[in-house]
Amino acid sequence: MITATAPRKTALNETMRKAGGRMVDFHGWELPIQFEGILKEHAAVRNSAGIFDVSHMGQLFVTGADSFKLLQKANANDLRKATIGKGVYSHLLNEKGGLVDDIIAFCLALNRYLVIVNATTSVKDYEWLRSRTGKDNVKVENMSDHYSMLAVQGPSVPKMMETFAPEALKLPRFGIVEKKLYGEDCFISRTGYTGEDGFEITAPHAAIQNVWDAMMDLGRPYGIVPCGLGARDTLRLESGYLLYGQDVDDDHTTYEANYGWVVCLDKGDFTGRDVLLKQKSEGLKRKLTGVTLAGGVPRPGCKVFKGGKEIGELASATYSPTLKKGIGVGYLSEPGLKPGEPLEVEVHGKRLPAQAARTPFHKGTAFTFKPS
Amino acid sequence: MPKQEEVKYTKTHEWVHVSGQEALVGLSEHAQHEMGDIVFVELPKSAQNVEKEKPCAVVESVKAAFDIYAPVSGKIAALNDEVSKEPALINQSPLDKAWLFKVQMTDPEQAKGLMDWNAYQEFVKQNAH
Repeated sequence: MITATAPRKTALNETMRKAGGRMVDFHGWELPIQFEGILKEHAAVRNSAGIFDVSHMGQLFVTGADSFKLLQKANANDLRKATIGKGVYSHLLNEKGGLVDDIIAFCLALNRYLVIVNATTSVKDYEWLRSRTGKDNVKVENMSDHYSMLAVQGPSVPKMMETFAPEALKLPRFGIVEKKLYGEDCFISRTGYTGEDGFEITAPHAAIQNVWDAMMDLGRPYGIVPCGLGARDTLRLESGYLLYGQDVDDDHTTYEANYGWVVCLDKGDFTGRDVLLKQKSEGLKRKLTGVTLAGGVPRPGCKVFKGGKEIGELASATYSPTLKKGIGVGYLSEPGLKPGEPLEVEVHGKRLPAQAARTPFHKGTAFTFKPS
Repeated sequence: MPKQEEVKYTKTHEWVHVSGQEALVGLSEHAQHEMGDIVFVELPKSAQNVEKEKPCAVVESVKAAFDIYAPVSGKIAALNDEVSKEPALINQSPLDKAWLFKVQMTDPEQAKGLMDWNAYQEFVKQNAH
């Protein structure tokens, strides 16, 4: 593994800087943490429209007669849900039931899948899948260096698409359509990491600046603003979405992450299934649990107590701009906690009153989605 | 209320306005800009003794928590409850409405070692990355 001294730049780096982005090194990628402010960007996405450069995300293509077989075996979710033109959110699992990554697998055509993976795990996922192809007729390609990606998110975003890509308006959640944009073959999917309705546009680098400009123009009447990693994190945590490397990793299973809905035990054999089956029958020792605080701002690493006893620490935590209070998730050693049960979270050496909470903390328009 | 040229500054980005035995303390314009949207403030306690260069308050932005250091030693003489109620005041008006606390100084000489506006600007420039 080569350790890069300077972070990688996306094709939109200069555009982000000109728009006032405060650039930071995010796991080896130079990306904006914020533009005008996290609260403004967060509110824009919840109320109308925001746009994110998510070009650090990776794209794997899985093709060939055995592509379904490979993905079905490697995933906890049932790939049969990904019919042509649809995707499925899933967890790639190792033999211990731990997450190699959390991904979205789209079926583009018979025997042709696009797998959107996390930035830090794209090479690992590629090698993991390739190592499991055996003699099967399947090809795995890592095309992450060839694509940029934008996320356009918020309740006003469908209106922006009316002229730009009317076919995208018909997409259900996790639907995907291939479309030629500015002479390049692109993908538009009805997905995102904010909890709001919206789209992600995957495009070759040559087209991405034009797509960005078009979205900014079409979004102007709706007050679209460029958004950074700060708002991306508050939006995803309010929505109960996992952050790979922080909330989940190779040593935490899908059940422990409280994402049991992803697991399809009855779909047939898949990697990690026996461990998940055992956890299901024997119960969990720890579970990713939501916590809210009436006052104070919790941060990752804050310890959680119940009745004076330490029961874990927060993996992700922040101030929730929507709920106007502290929220977090952490692996707690009392997996049976009910929402509302009193807890304490240690912030700056003080134990503050908190309570167990249901996730998502907030349900945006992605959760109440109705196709048009 | 003071102008930013009229107050003294610490290396930890507090501003200090000295008047007799009392020092009014807040966060610099530069500090609030770097921190981003401020959402929570924990001030010292009324009449609490504070010690020069020791943390005595916490300001939290959406991104992270920041310690506020006492620029001088003494006893807390006044607290700005408005910033506790509305932390965003620090972003909007760091030098005016969002003063944080007032210290009754035990040694007013301590304030003399602080940076003036020009020195602080130079300090910020040198520490920029």
